Amino acid sequence: MPEVFVNGAQLCVPDEVTVAAAVALAGETAFRHSVTGEPRGPLCGMGICFECRVTIDGVPHARSCQTLVQSGMDIRTT
Amino acid sequence: MPSRSFDAVVVGAGIVGAACAEELARCGLSVAICESAIVGGGATAAGMGHLTVMDDSEEQFALTRYSQLLWRNLSNELPPDAEFLPCGTVWIAADAEEMAEVHRKYEFYAARGVCAEVLDSRQLVEAEPNLRAGLAGGLLVAGDSVCYPPCVAHYLIAKAVQHGALLFQPARVTEIIVSGVRLTDGSLIESKIVVLATGAAARELIPDLPIRPRQGHLLITDRYPALVRHQLIELGYLKSAHAVDSDSVAFNIQPRATGQLLIGSSRQFASDDIGVEPSMLTQMLQRAAEYIPRLPQLSAIRAWTGHRAATPDKLPLIGPCVNRPNVYLATGHEGLGISTSLATARLLADQILDRKPEIPIKPYLPQRSFVHYA
Amino acid sequence: MSDVVIVGAGPAGLAAAVRSAENGCKVTLIDDNPRVGGQIWRGGAAANKNSAAMRWFNSIRSQKNISILNGRVVSADTEARQLTVESLDNAATVSWRVLILATGARELFLPFPGWTLPGVAGVGGLQALAKSGLPLTNKRIVVAGSGPLLLAAADYFRKHGAKVRMIAEQASRWRLARFGVGLFRCPEKLLQALQLRTSLHGIPYRTGSWITRAEGNGSLQRVSLTDGRRTWTEECDYAAVAYGLWPNTELATLLGCRMAAKAIAVDKHCRTSAPDILCAGEATGIGGLGLSLVEGEIAGLTAAGNLSAANRLHSRRRAEERFADRLKRAFALRPELKTLSEAATIVCRCEDVSFQRLHRSSSWREAKLHTRCGMGPCQGRVCGPALSVLFGWDFSSVRPPIFPARIGTLLENQNPGKRE
Repeated sequence: MPEVFVNGAQLCVPDEVTVAAAVALAGETAFRHSVTGEPRGPLCGMGICFECRVTIDGVPHARSCQTLVQSGMDIRTT
Repeated sequence: MPSRSFDAVVVGAGIVGAACAEELARCGLSVAICESAIVGGGATAAGMGHLTVMDDSEEQFALTRYSQLLWRNLSNELPPDAEFLPCGTVWIAADAEEMAEVHRKYEFYAARGVCAEVLDSRQLVEAEPNLRAGLAGGLLVAGDSVCYPPCVAHYLIAKAVQHGALLFQPARVTEIIVSGVRLTDGSLIESKIVVLATGAAARELIPDLPIRPRQGHLLITDRYPALVRHQLIELGYLKSAHAVDSDSVAFNIQPRATGQLLIGSSRQFASDDIGVEPSMLTQMLQRAAEYIPRLPQLSAIRAWTGHRAATPDKLPLIGPCVNRPNVYLATGHEGLGISTSLATARLLADQILDRKPEIPIKPYLPQRSFVHYA
Repeated sequence: MSDVVIVGAGPAGLAAAVRSAENGCKVTLIDDNPRVGGQIWRGGAAANKNSAAMRWFNSIRSQKNISILNGRVVSADTEARQLTVESLDNAATVSWRVLILATGARELFLPFPGWTLPGVAGVGGLQALAKSGLPLTNKRIVVAGSGPLLLAAADYFRKHGAKVRMIAEQASRWRLARFGVGLFRCPEKLLQALQLRTSLHGIPYRTGSWITRAEGNGSLQRVSLTDGRRTWTEECDYAAVAYGLWPNTELATLLGCRMAAKAIAVDKHCRTSAPDILCAGEATGIGGLGLSLVEGEIAGLTAAGNLSAANRLHSRRRAEERFADRLKRAFALRPELKTLSEAATIVCRCEDVSFQRLHRSSSWREAKLHTRCGMGPCQGRVCGPALSVLFGWDFSSVRPPIFPARIGTLLENQNPGKRE
């Protein structure tokens, strides 16, 4: 069971889940904020809408619905 | 459409045409504007929107400098979608030879009242932390800015219309005649004067113009705010713009108000309208990556090409067309169309209205003689 | 170099891969998901134990000459017959002798006030998220939009512990009844429909109804629905809303394949207008699982040169096409869906361009240049189809990269060492 950090809070998640699932499990609803500051979350679930982007280990614009969690990941909503 | 006679018909609503239309309409002329597709949709949409002073020649400097002052005035009223950003330019020197060029540029600008600052290698890193280590330094020209040209063109057309101009769109001009222009549907727009501002396509209407299309590639990234703070250009850019015939790339990167990075630049003489050429794009990106090591990790959203209108002496054609007394040209701006659009409009109107121009116009007159294209 | 390169490992791509390999071809199958199966069979063999899927998964595994490449095609060189494929931390060039595009489809989203709130997702979208671990237990979900997918997704949500409050299908009862009658001609599909009907017993299924608004403080709390006469609200945590599917045609367009309506034009052997490039599945037109499978088989056989076997599949293909036509008619979108937006409703989500700024434009290109709509990372995949439905705009021009790509991947073009 991998352990990840979502906005600094440690969280244990099931195996083989995506970062999007981890963010939801952490209780966050806003994955990112749009260019005018609206909160946004995943829409398409298949990696084409880019609404689920978060910063993973310092790298911005990662599509959380397409990325599997790995232990120790530092996930930040933006 | 009812027959109407105008003082001037401006063909082409790119930024140059839009600026000309606005100037003429504001000065009280009755103006028709013919745009075949989308306002600001040609080279205006493809280019970088960099508003700069250039010192390639005295004449180029005079034109860009005059235009920059006009841009400063205009910037106060531009809407947010014009994305005007006074970020300045840093010309980058990779080695001692280019650093000497930095000093020469500095002297040139200082003597002519353009505010510039020489940066040594440490100051360059402070100004732009994401540039690679080991560069010699640069020249910061704080008065340069960037904008999003299609929205500026749109704004200028709207202003022209407010001053009584009429926009015909879509309206493609097939022929320039003595009494005006003919459109594809056969109808005529009657006008005392025709202003041709169609950029690289100008030869479709006047085949003997000394203009060749010079293709450029660009690429825009996702948002990386503050990765780059100024428009950054390698001094080698000038060699690229100099080279008359060969294909070339040069490092040229712009921070947009959105936080996206706009990456150029390339130059090729292309005979047809071709799309993105992967090898040219790769070369351009490779050059850019040599200056910004983080570049390969950034996300690229879109790449595209555009055609600059290039003349043999790198100065635009502003003034009466040779052999066609009712036609004025406002074209041939190569890579400085956005920068010099406003000055072009003023100088064009000066000639039409017989006003005294602010700078000497002789270097830009179409009747000048050209060294043939090498 | 592979004989046959297939882009997309959904049903059409899998079927094509198996048939090509069975006929002696060396096959490379490219997909951007960690497991094959596309959208409908997301998660591969581990998650899809139904017999149809398992048959194909087992066939893929048993074929020796199919290699699977995990990555996304971001660019292509038609002349050099090469694809640039980007994967998690790598990029590669893949050369083809024959190329089969099985790029599938995405959901069609139509904007309505509040649709950008976190918690509003697609129908397949929410299902995909749930399949990858999004917790649904005890979540209240409203499923809305159009198409058979609504029922399948609602069934999935219920089986995974969610409280499905309502299913709102925009198609009228009358249209669906006609479609239902038609199902008697396809016993297998009728059985599926009946099975779903039983398993969804107890969940209100409203026809001729659609969501008009989503509301909430920072995330979804309720939706408003209407049936054209009365309006009501449902408190919910998620709204799974989408209006059918839209073909993924970007790669085919980049390669110069001709389009027919909004899909890729193909002949009876699944050949496109570009030499040695075939297309199969939803990218040739939305038609459902059965049609995707048979087209995939035809493409795979054609690529392998086994035209006689391909020909034997034509009658099955025609039967599936007839079913697809009935599907299209039954679930045609009603005009009210085009006028849900208010002035401030965001249409382009990447660049936050509102409806009022867009309806002044007269074309996709003009809207793009003047508002930056479609210039964001989704490259118009979400807003483009919406605007096509709303205003009839055509948006078929495509430039590389056809998907956001690392600049490093674009630099690989010059690197001959990574050829597959």
